[in-house]
Amino acid sequence: MPDGNNTGIGASVLRKEDRRFITGKGNYTDDINRPGQTYAHFVRSEVAHATLNGVDTSAAESADGVVAVFTGADLAAAEVGGLPCGWALTFQNGDPMVEPGHPILAQGKVRHVGDPIAVVIAETKKQAKSAAALIKTDLQQLPAVVDMTQAVEGGELVHEEAANNICYDWAIGDKGEVDKIFEGADHVTSIDIVNNRLIPNAMEPRVAIGDFDDSSGDYTLYTTTQNPHVIRLLMGAFVLQIPEHKLRVVAPDVGGGFGSKIFHYAEEALVTWASAQVNRPVKWTADRSEAFMSDAHGRDHVTKASLALDKDGKFLGLKEETLANMGGYLSTFAPAIPTYMHSVLMAGVYTTPVIYSNIIAVFTNTVPVDAYRGAGRPEATYILERLVDRAAREMGIDQIEIRKKNFIPTDAFPYQTPVALAYDSGDYFATLDTAVKNADVKGFDKRKKASAKDGKLRGIGFSTYVEACGAAPSAVAGALGARAGLYECANVRVHPTGSVTVYTGSHSHGQGHETAFAQLVSEKLGVHTDAVDIVHGDTEKIPFGMGTYGSRSLAVGGTAIDKAMDKIIDKATKIVSHILEAGEGDIEFKDGAFTVAGTDKSMAFGEVALAAYVPHNYPLEELEPGLEETAFYDPTNFTYPGGCHVCEVEVDPTTGVTEVVSFTAADDPGIVVNPMIVEGQVHGGIAQGIGQALLEGCAYDENGQLLTGSYMDYTMPRADNLPSYQVSTESTECTHNSLGVKGCGEVGAIGSPPAVINAIVDALSELGVTDVPMPATSQAVWRAIQAAK
Amino acid sequence: MTTVSMTVNGKAVSAEAQPDTLLSEFIRETLDLTGTHVGCDTSQCGACVVLVNGESAKSCTMLAVQAEGGDVTTIEGLATNGELHPMQKAFHENHALQCGFCTPGMMISAIDLVTKNPDADEAAIRKGLEGNICRCTGYHNIVKAVQAAAAEMKG
Repeated sequence: MPDGNNTGIGASVLRKEDRRFITGKGNYTDDINRPGQTYAHFVRSEVAHATLNGVDTSAAESADGVVAVFTGADLAAAEVGGLPCGWALTFQNGDPMVEPGHPILAQGKVRHVGDPIAVVIAETKKQAKSAAALIKTDLQQLPAVVDMTQAVEGGELVHEEAANNICYDWAIGDKGEVDKIFEGADHVTSIDIVNNRLIPNAMEPRVAIGDFDDSSGDYTLYTTTQNPHVIRLLMGAFVLQIPEHKLRVVAPDVGGGFGSKIFHYAEEALVTWASAQVNRPVKWTADRSEAFMSDAHGRDHVTKASLALDKDGKFLGLKEETLANMGGYLSTFAPAIPTYMHSVLMAGVYTTPVIYSNIIAVFTNTVPVDAYRGAGRPEATYILERLVDRAAREMGIDQIEIRKKNFIPTDAFPYQTPVALAYDSGDYFATLDTAVKNADVKGFDKRKKASAKDGKLRGIGFSTYVEACGAAPSAVAGALGARAGLYECANVRVHPTGSVTVYTGSHSHGQGHETAFAQLVSEKLGVHTDAVDIVHGDTEKIPFGMGTYGSRSLAVGGTAIDKAMDKIIDKATKIVSHILEAGEGDIEFKDGAFTVAGTDKSMAFGEVALAAYVPHNYPLEELEPGLEETAFYDPTNFTYPGGCHVCEVEVDPTTGVTEVVSFTAADDPGIVVNPMIVEGQVHGGIAQGIGQALLEGCAYDENGQLLTGSYMDYTMPRADNLPSYQVSTESTECTHNSLGVKGCGEVGAIGSPPAVINAIVDALSELGVTDVPMPATSQAVWRAIQAAK
Repeated sequence: MTTVSMTVNGKAVSAEAQPDTLLSEFIRETLDLTGTHVGCDTSQCGACVVLVNGESAKSCTMLAVQAEGGDVTTIEGLATNGELHPMQKAFHENHALQCGFCTPGMMISAIDLVTKNPDADEAAIRKGLEGNICRCTGYHNIVKAVQAAAAEMKG
């Protein structure tokens, strides 16, 4: 705990935002109620694929309390647009990806269980729900396509315009060159991998309230989003044609996101539009079952990958062919996740000279798939670290040795990978050595013997990873198909007595920005964090923003704040120069005070702030009064956190029950602003990674029915499924942002799954097991053991 | 409609409710105590946990009328005269919350757990909290906080 006075960078300042959450005073979207509010209930498809011949709403319209009923036909008549996709990919030949329409309410066809067909708006929630049960849908069921291999091999078409259900067939790298390397390699290790489909499950279900004011023509949308300005842009410009000055989007306290609340969803547009139709506020709150079938899912890759090595275990080449599930429609970022967030990471932490990655994005009759914590990078790390682990086993090389042999040398940065990205900094040896030491790898054999005495098989697994955060240089993103820039905006307002309010385009939904961002201000301007407030989540208050995802908040949003503070200090220096009658070059700002070199003259930061607002002795002919600056920061590169995770498991070979008995992580998140918060972020990421590896898996049956539609069926990690973690940081500085920060939100979820699975494979290797699928449930592990017998 | 009376956070309340009104709905919508959250519809997540007559209860799984005449404590009633309950203090000091959505139910379950088992070890705490799902923290700091609060509650 910090001493209370040092609240700058590096201090574990307790969170400023906690008080409201621990006393029940948080303000989540569902806690908001508007005067005269109505309630929306959606009628959703119960089948995965069907022609929608008609919707009979007559009985619902005359039911008690019903205000209005809308269907896809109503939205089409009102010329409401479809949900836009934010990223355009191409086929290998340059043809644009197939981009089918995504109506707010189904038109002509339903394409997944949960696809919204109609909405009832009523005086109460119960009335809306009861009336929705009276709506009759005329659906002619079609065969559903669920399995991606079947989808691309002549399966029923989800969209007529997408031949073989292919959205795009994209590749990076020279296949011919890679094939040649493989032909001449001493050893080739291959693996077939399924990266299991996950359901993000932020604990707060999605909520949206549309509130139209007919006296001004202003719309307000309160919504559970990670990026209110992006929602305003997408919904205003592409769906409802509402100009920005007439549309306010508010994302108050948001109860977790993990990617699932990045995207613009149909319900947000519907309640906003409907509010104007019924001229009353319209509120929709998802129940959990609805969330399971309407929140974008994550992962869902099927991959064949191979690694070519020389006789000493040096990596010569890598190739990957992946089918990536898009679901029934393209979600906001979906096309970019398996490509620009995945394929370009296939060098990992290694010097592999040639790489080929081919991604085929596939439509299926399932919920749309998009970014979920890590987004593309966990899939890349899983392929690489499973391959490396298997190669080491096949060639009889130690797991640590094979990694060190192939690591990018610490003096080789900046390092240009063969797959577009150029890493600016890192030290993979340092994180590996720290993790190996903290995990007491040396003592493993002893622990293995002790486990054996209890009838348990103990295994150890390693994972060394790099990821790309801080999206993104806008020019690069634009060249890669992004339809937006990916900078961030900050406004720093210094008040007359020197306290500070920062308005940031980043959004906090658990990450602790209200504390960590205040620490940036404390460090730079020399004020205590108690004198700093961070405001986020409201398009009316904040100039602009691109929001929070891809571990970008500190690296991009924080740097924007830093840049705005530079402008504050520049202006304050001019004010001091005037008042103290000194040259600007002689003025130094340190520890909250401006001093004139070689003199005892100084002004405290608060005094300068007051002078800016009470400009009696002030250079008014040169400077405007006031002390407030806005900055937009567009990064020049991604940031590259890396690290090493080590997992130990115990498996009961008679039942397959697998327990993670220790988990050690050493990560490089760059400069650490608040160690306590970074540790918490890593803990949470690891829990989601262990969840993916052992427990979580979205399941559909062959008809496209969602089998894991509630917490009764989808296994969320609970306290008694998980161990305590040993986490530490080994930082190298990011070289291209002024804070030296990289990011920490996703590292846990990226590094951990292969460490867990490699540990299970290690435990079972003496039984001849070489692979276990994710999630490695007791049943899956037991089956792997039986199959090896 | 029927009239339901109970004590909530030390105050007598009396309000109309439908026979099928859930206690969670009564607390959130009728009493406007929005610190109690609803995170699922299958009694699994525990975000809605409150104390009913001193015992933790999932308020989404009780009817309001079942709490008739009872004594209910929600998250809003944990602090006394502005002074935080040891569990609240421990959650803050151990960074045991991130987005805050599961936190009210988690803390109330933890209070019930520690009250019944003041010497709970890590395994007992983990087992005791398996009815409360947190997606943010990975539970590591929650376990630490509950241990710290248990020590303080023992005095």
